[in-house]
Amino acid sequence: MLPLITIKQFLNDLRRQKLRSLLTMFGIFWGSCAIVLLFAFSKGLGDAQLKSSKGMGDNICIFWPGLTSKEYKGLSKGRRIWPTEEDIELLKNTAVTIGRISPEFRRWSQFIKYNKSLTRSPVIGVWPEFGLMRNLIPDIGSRFINNIDQTERRRVVFIGNILKNDLFGSESAVGKQILINDVPFTVIGVMKEKKQDSSYGGRDSRIAYIPSSTFRNMYSTRYLSNFVTQAAADFTMEDTKQEIYNIMGKKYQFDPTDTQALGTWDTTEMFTFLKNFFLAFNYFLVGIGITTLITGAIGVSNIMNVVLEERTKEIGIKMALGAKKSMILSQFILETFLVTGIGGILGFLFAWLIITLIPYMNLEEYIGVPQINLQVGFLVTVLLGMVGFLAGIFPARRAANLQPVQALKLF
Amino acid sequence: MIIMHDIIKTYITGQVTFQALRGINLHIKKGEFVAIVGPSGSGKSTLMNIAGCLDIPTRGSYLLDGKQVSAFNSNQLAEIRNKKVGFVFQAFNLLPYATAYENVEVPLLFAGVNRRKRKERITRLLGQVGLAEKAANKPTEMSGGEMQRVAIARALANEPDIILADEPTGNLDSKSGQQIVNIFHELWKMGKTVLIITHDSNIAGRVERIIQLKDGQIENSHSPAAV
Repeated sequence: MLPLITIKQFLNDLRRQKLRSLLTMFGIFWGSCAIVLLFAFSKGLGDAQLKSSKGMGDNICIFWPGLTSKEYKGLSKGRRIWPTEEDIELLKNTAVTIGRISPEFRRWSQFIKYNKSLTRSPVIGVWPEFGLMRNLIPDIGSRFINNIDQTERRRVVFIGNILKNDLFGSESAVGKQILINDVPFTVIGVMKEKKQDSSYGGRDSRIAYIPSSTFRNMYSTRYLSNFVTQAAADFTMEDTKQEIYNIMGKKYQFDPTDTQALGTWDTTEMFTFLKNFFLAFNYFLVGIGITTLITGAIGVSNIMNVVLEERTKEIGIKMALGAKKSMILSQFILETFLVTGIGGILGFLFAWLIITLIPYMNLEEYIGVPQINLQVGFLVTVLLGMVGFLAGIFPARRAANLQPVQALKLF
Repeated sequence: MIIMHDIIKTYITGQVTFQALRGINLHIKKGEFVAIVGPSGSGKSTLMNIAGCLDIPTRGSYLLDGKQVSAFNSNQLAEIRNKKVGFVFQAFNLLPYATAYENVEVPLLFAGVNRRKRKERITRLLGQVGLAEKAANKPTEMSGGEMQRVAIARALANEPDIILADEPTGNLDSKSGQQIVNIFHELWKMGKTVLIITHDSNIAGRVERIIQLKDGQIENSHSPAAV
């Protein structure tokens, strides 16, 4: 209605109430800045957390040999169930809920030698699928163990990036020969560096991987240290676990409900937990954000009340000159929108600045990469709009309901 | 034309009741020049406020150009204040942060007059009150007389039929006061109805009729010659 005059009036109020206006705007500024930052950091942290927990593998379940805890078909409890590679083949061929599966044979602390470098590392024997399940991504010019390596029992090895550095330094490793317990192996691949926050047999970056067939040949062993599986598409890990217990229970005569017979670590549970945790965390942040903004709103409402007290006469003048209630009302609301709008935009920009500068501070490892979420931007805008409206409406209604003569204090 | 019948105005502040007007009967013809005089507390301003629709009577009927104003809602009253009545206050009541030009512009903005017409009219009005060159000045940069002339230009912005002035010369020196009185006289000659509250005998001598108020009632109504 009165754009220029209203803005002039607003600036005039700002001048007259410098400190109070600045503090009010700061409230809104801080509220919106805090919300944007909280969400950006939560998203960055959540993503970093999820990424590094996927370092060990994507929705995998690890099975260990165990002891039966229930009596079954006349057999006592406490029997050892120790799976073999043949069991894994059986599972692979019969279970419909299994997407990928691989046995894992392990020897700790083996001597590994290249020229004059000598180190000790775990050596594990696996199937080619293992690399895919456990996110062992070959670096440029590298490959993981394949089916031919497996069937021909080749003496080839895929090594973790730290193990590679220990042995080769900056020299390239692929195609070179190393000795594992004095047996020569050709390096076919080096793992690309990755983030990994959990493990069950040492960090992948320090391990030497060889075909399971070669491992059995070399160490003359039948029994697995553990095996790793991934559910087939359309099935959950619960389905897969149940089917594995059924098949193994039938073969080894244990109760399929006896979860002690084979120990498991279902990482999908961890993802679900993490997801839920960050979801709950976000709700918590929404709560904090809203309360912060409400505090800001109270501040704005407060200053508008003060402005109203000081401006009663001006309102009276305008009414005497023919301003309708709606004009007085809209002017006040417009002003609160200006206060909240300016505070909000500055807050958003400040948050954006911080988020833009964070990646230059090398803190990614600890806090991830904070990201501005557009939905949050939208949420903040809506919230600020509501805050502005609520903060403005009450003083505005008080102002508009005055009789001109009361406002002018003429009687 | 202003017709008031048995107007009563009572103010209630907490426990205290104060009757400012006690049954006013008043008839002011179109184009009349009237002064309202009386001691302070006699109800002059209250009467003026009711006449200008700044306040509503507690009881009684008020007909403005044949329309029953007592029954109007707040928007209709705002419309009257904007278009039919021009108000001039003793304390000028200009917006302090706005220039003379912008102050005159306010009622035109409320009336929704377009930019070109606003400019035309403001320039003419400021010229009429002799302030064409002060258009860009703020109230703080003007003398009392100049401020009052801006206020008159503002009151005339929407070309109202009725001009109401509550002690317009009360805060001015005699020279400025004289200028203001001359302007009101001009306006009356142009056919406006002019109603002035005053203590100033100079004004009272130039009007057609003097209405004397005492204790919220009209004591008498007569032409200045009769004083």
